Amino acid sequence: MSVLRQAARVAWKDLRIELRSREIVYTMAFFGGLIVVVYSMAFPVRPDLVRAAVPGMLWVAIAFAGTIGLGRAFDRERENDTMRALLLAPIPRLSVFLGKAISIAVLIIAVAAVCTPLLALFLDAPLFADPLPLVIVLILGAIGIANVGSVFAATLLKVRSRDVLLPVILYPILIPLFVAGTHATEAMLAIPANPDKVWYWIGFLGVYDAAALVLSLWIFESLVIE
Amino acid sequence: MSNKAIPVLATLSAIGFVVTLWLMYSFAPFDRALLFNQKIFYWHVPHAFMLFIATAVCGVSSLIFLKKRTAKWDDLALASAEVAALFGAAVLITGSIWAKAAWDIWWTWEKRLTMSLLLWLTLVGIVLVRRFAGASADRLAAGLAVFGTLGIPFIYTMVNASDHHPQAGAGGAALASHPDIKLVMWLGVLTFFLWFLTLVMMRVQSVAAEREVRELREKGLDAGVLS
Repeated sequence: MSVLRQAARVAWKDLRIELRSREIVYTMAFFGGLIVVVYSMAFPVRPDLVRAAVPGMLWVAIAFAGTIGLGRAFDRERENDTMRALLLAPIPRLSVFLGKAISIAVLIIAVAAVCTPLLALFLDAPLFADPLPLVIVLILGAIGIANVGSVFAATLLKVRSRDVLLPVILYPILIPLFVAGTHATEAMLAIPANPDKVWYWIGFLGVYDAAALVLSLWIFESLVIE
Repeated sequence: MSNKAIPVLATLSAIGFVVTLWLMYSFAPFDRALLFNQKIFYWHVPHAFMLFIATAVCGVSSLIFLKKRTAKWDDLALASAEVAALFGAAVLITGSIWAKAAWDIWWTWEKRLTMSLLLWLTLVGIVLVRRFAGASADRLAAGLAVFGTLGIPFIYTMVNASDHHPQAGAGGAALASHPDIKLVMWLGVLTFFLWFLTLVMMRVQSVAAEREVRELREKGLDAGVLS
């Protein structure tokens, strides 16, 4: 239990830094909003096309903004070499990893909370017809991205070309997550809506997140040893 | 041990190539629908087998490397990832040619094609990371390999469950039913397995040599002998 409490402490530390500067949330959310605007310019806004295209748009926006936020969140630990201090702290490494993952998941959820209404507004997409499954899908997606992302962003900390390598590593791993999220959102927008399919993909996301979490907990320490 | 095995394996696979190639045209029955195009099957399927074997070797050795930290396993992981990426490229290219002949389309989002492509992308990612990630490249590549292996059952479920992808008719299943075709195919698989072993062993040797040179150089720098 104390592992979780210490993880919450690390997460709260990160979130408090973020609340003071609001740098990542503002830039990520603005970037996510910009992507949505670019979509509205780049693709024809027709009701039949919107239903088919919006799920992909939403998840690509989350993927892009999430990667940027991840890189930035860990850059912050690099600047004054505070990552070393964090690893030296008298708490298990597990708590450091979990805390990082929690704070990044919160950031990604914040971005999704900006992008999704914007997509619904600009493209007139009926995303909020049934908000509960959508919220669950987005939260599960954010947890998955934050979990796998923290493992690799922490390992990439000392690498010169980390900004390029983060997506190179993350996207192949996260393909099941993005596809499941897109399918779930698609099933919500379909006429008629297909709740069986929505819940199937929610279950898929849940199992994926759980499996990825177990694997991360198992190999995180071997990966970030300094 | 691999010093002596490499020439033997290389010779055996060379003989296997010639024999398979000869049997492909003289012994295996001629396909009436696809004509000579069907012959690519004897290269495509063995390559696909080797892609999956090499990926499994890469995933397992990466996990052992992460847990044990012995450079030997890292050498094996790197060698098998590179060989798997090579075989994956061959699978995609031969598959594409076959698809053009059989379905009259170069690429379609069919289950097996999608899976091979996603697997190959992960492998190329591993090779890229190994080359460009500097000091922590070994750990990063191993992590990517382990997570990539974890993703395989999910990708499998995913492509099977989504009705998103159009089905492009029966592929190899019907073709491979003839016993003579099967025989030549398995001979091809054996040949390519020997070839795969040759390649991996050679690459493991060269990777180990590279590592040794690097370590010696660092020792020399530390001792002040080298500048």
